[in-house]
Amino acid sequence: MSAPPVRIRDLHYAVGARPIFAGVDIDVPQGQITAVMGPSGTGKTTLLRLLTGQVAADRGCIELFGESVGELDKARLYALRRRTGMLFQNGALLTDLTVFENVAFPVRAHARLPESVLRRLVLTKLEAVGLRGAAELMPSQLSGGMARRVALARAIVMDPELLIYDEPFVGLDPISMGVIVRLIRELNETLGVTSIVVSHDVEELATIAHRSYLLSEGRVVAAGTPEELARSEEPVVRQFMSGAADGPVPFHFPAGDLAVDILGQSPRGQSPKGQLPRGRS
Amino acid sequence: MIGASLGRIGAVALFLLRVLGQCLPALAKPRAVIHQIYNAGARSLIIIMLCGLFVGMVLGLQGFDLLQRFGSEDALGVAAALGLLKELGPVVTALLFAGRAGTALTSEIGLMRATDQLTAMEMMAVDPLRHVIAPRFLGGLIAMPLLVAIFDIVGLFGAQLIGVQLMAVDPGAFWSQMQAAVELDDVYEGIVKSICFGFACSLIAVYEGYHAPPTAQGVGLATTRTVVVSSVLVLLIDYMLTAAFLGR
Repeated sequence: MSAPPVRIRDLHYAVGARPIFAGVDIDVPQGQITAVMGPSGTGKTTLLRLLTGQVAADRGCIELFGESVGELDKARLYALRRRTGMLFQNGALLTDLTVFENVAFPVRAHARLPESVLRRLVLTKLEAVGLRGAAELMPSQLSGGMARRVALARAIVMDPELLIYDEPFVGLDPISMGVIVRLIRELNETLGVTSIVVSHDVEELATIAHRSYLLSEGRVVAAGTPEELARSEEPVVRQFMSGAADGPVPFHFPAGDLAVDILGQSPRGQSPKGQLPRGRS
Repeated sequence: MIGASLGRIGAVALFLLRVLGQCLPALAKPRAVIHQIYNAGARSLIIIMLCGLFVGMVLGLQGFDLLQRFGSEDALGVAAALGLLKELGPVVTALLFAGRAGTALTSEIGLMRATDQLTAMEMMAVDPLRHVIAPRFLGGLIAMPLLVAIFDIVGLFGAQLIGVQLMAVDPGAFWSQMQAAVELDDVYEGIVKSICFGFACSLIAVYEGYHAPPTAQGVGLATTRTVVVSSVLVLLIDYMLTAAFLGR
């Protein structure tokens, strides 16, 4: 059995003194859609940045196609990235190029194709996302959903083995969201691409993911099929899946005493240490 | 403070080496470089020509006022030509370039960073230094001497307009004295300065844009720094080059 395209072991990463990951293990099987979920601020996008070598892990191992990402030089890292397509949260289209040129951009950079072949290739990819007719538009003329679909066409134009989606459903209307869900599923089924979808949209992910990981407080707190996660009795999983405002993941960001902050007094009416209550001099 | 400044100079030097390493590959695709020459050069033409005209006219007025005190107003052509070729042309053009093309470069690259366009390129295994930074750096570097030449020509026309047409300096004396006194070395000095200023202004603009924090405030501060650092650098380099040329 071959190694999974993505294998993460004992991942540790901190920003300053704040730990983001403290021992994360994830496997992404070949040809499947793996969802990485978690509340906002749990480091889902950071995980993708670590996975693609944009930042280096403090400890642990991240393997992409069997190669340890942290040990690669720039040339080898770029060689790995050519086997990977990434859809950014905002599309990240090049704003001074047309839709056609955006999709053609990676091909022009990496291959010398006759213009007629390039044109057929780009129009085929645009047709796959339903935007062949928008080929000559500029990114500023596209809606959010259309921009996301153009970015998806650009991500698949080099026929990658792994597709990474960073929050693909954020800010989309229900129709656009449905289109993106359908495209992710179809690309997986027709091209056999391995996919990682980072999102917190539980309902959409449940319809397409083969396996899901739930991140919270720097760790994987649950892993399994969407059905298994839905049946879980773990309080964190139940809170996330049901969308409860308060629970193990608190509603309030950690703060000092409310009375001290609002009234300038401790609960017993005493002044905070070293300070006079407001209004007195 | 000194440590931080030295660190920053080191970072700019390392960045320059990386950019220079990408310049030859960037030149292999000249369309992008030509597009950037158009952006930095052609789009600055109106402001450069307008300012060149006014600077030349002021030079004509001040020069005439000064020279006529010594009865040598016929030398106005020489004074205007040397002033423009050696100093005012390169320096004023560089300051205008930093304010118009430099800020445009910084904000464009900074916004590309803030909207993940540069990261998207890196994820497509496309080096932004080769495809974004090097063509812009080369575009600025090539455009600057051309802009200086245009500034000088328009400036001389402005000086002639005031001196000959308004103050009635003899046109034969204006042009013939200029032709006799201005040497090729004076022209070289202006060319060397314009290349050095183009190098400095373009480098600062792309460096600040590439390293701008990906926020509105970050891009704004980077744009401001481009103008301030470029202007100070232009004046510093101008002094050093002038001292070097005069000491020859």
